[in-house]
Amino acid sequence: MQPFGTLKGFGVTFKHIFKQPITQQYPEYKRPVYPRFRGRHRLNRHANGLEKCVGCSLCAAACPSDCIRVVAAENTPEHRVSAGERYARIYEINLSRCIFCGYCELACPFDAITLGNEFELSEYSRDDLIYTKDMLLAEPIKRIPVQDADLYDTPIPAYKSSS
Amino acid sequence: MSWLVVGSGSSGEPWWISLIKAVIVINLVLFGFAYLTLIERKVMGRMQLRYGPNRVGPFGTLQPIADLVKLIRKESFFPAAAIDVLYILGPFLAAFTAMTTFSVIPWGPGWTIGGYEVTGYVADVPIALLLIFAIGSLGIYGFIIGGWASDSKFALLGSMRTCAQLVSYEVSLALSVLGVVIMAKSLSLVDIVAEQGADIWYVIPQIVGFAIFILAGTAETARAPFDLPEAEQELVAGYHTEYGGMRFGLYSMSEYINLITLSGLAVTLFLGGWHGPWLPGPVWFVIKLAVILFVFIWMRTTLPRLRYDQLMRFGWKVLLPLATVNAVLTAILVVWI
Repeated sequence: MQPFGTLKGFGVTFKHIFKQPITQQYPEYKRPVYPRFRGRHRLNRHANGLEKCVGCSLCAAACPSDCIRVVAAENTPEHRVSAGERYARIYEINLSRCIFCGYCELACPFDAITLGNEFELSEYSRDDLIYTKDMLLAEPIKRIPVQDADLYDTPIPAYKSSS
Repeated sequence: MSWLVVGSGSSGEPWWISLIKAVIVINLVLFGFAYLTLIERKVMGRMQLRYGPNRVGPFGTLQPIADLVKLIRKESFFPAAAIDVLYILGPFLAAFTAMTTFSVIPWGPGWTIGGYEVTGYVADVPIALLLIFAIGSLGIYGFIIGGWASDSKFALLGSMRTCAQLVSYEVSLALSVLGVVIMAKSLSLVDIVAEQGADIWYVIPQIVGFAIFILAGTAETARAPFDLPEAEQELVAGYHTEYGGMRFGLYSMSEYINLITLSGLAVTLFLGGWHGPWLPGPVWFVIKLAVILFVFIWMRTTLPRLRYDQLMRFGWKVLLPLATVNAVLTAILVVWI
């Protein structure tokens, strides 16, 4: 019956006043991201402190939004920065253009650039969104909680349980 | 014009007391509007398992003030094709008429303060009920003018819908209160409240009238499930699509104040006005007002929007005959019993 169905709806909405809201209050509670979440880039170093990046610009070539700029320079015995012949003198990523596709990560032959989990990237100025090499090499200031890697480190969780 | 003079009738209070009361009531109504928006968002949020605004001030209590500051500081642009005078006049007309109508609603028994007799209403007009409907109909011009003058198809469609809906439901609304008028034998809201204080609340003998009044009132204030004039999915925002800043704020304000006035009218006509045990009159008035407003918010959360033909069918084929039968039956019973 239509009128009674309508009244039932009123009952449902009234009951929900007394339930706990399911809202996650974001700045206080940060929802853990999945381990493969593609966030802000990082430039990695070898264990001995040398940079992995050799300035080959393959990442810049692979970038669909053309937001990576690499200027390479030769390593010298007095000034050795990376493990290879050359190193990235300038390495900039314009994060206001980046679409976080991860192609740079795939293109890199030395795993020098990887995508981290940080997603809180807002700035007051567009210039601040151009991340320089120092910023990319440094550890992120804001920490993002990450889901259990053992449970979720595959795109399809069902694979985890079945394998 | 003697029937329109403020403070006329039996009360012998000086004109400046009426003026002070008018200022107080206007400000209280504006305050009520500001916090009604907050309460509506809060209650709707809780009903939808959300928190609602809770960032500005403790529990979001300063949210209306933040909204107001935002609206006032916005650039008051208008479309190049808009007709300037009418475009600016629209929201003012709507807000003015909305604020005027609350003046005839009684909220207290009247007191003697410092030797002066102070009545519990701003104006006791013998035809108060007619006045409310008349000014409310004038307020529709604000919506129509604004929608038409902004020269936008969405605004025009919105104001057309507003016009059609408000005209259709005004008939049922006026007929639904006819039973109360017949029982109280007066159009003055002060007399109607006094009758209810002496007798029973009219919600009991006029339960059908009360239901029709609430439903038609929901349509009259263009609130869900009858919010077709501003159906966001089809019309962007209805007649105020092209409005921004405080001009939009005035439209929004007039809608909410119309809602408050309508709830006040429902309290006055059906729920005994300010009458109630133990507590003083104005407190009872506010409590009853809050209950009615809560019902409106509750209805908005629960029911989905009607289709346009459903709306028209409901108004003309269900509410209007019911209201007519109710009025006729009341008249017959009052005369014969």
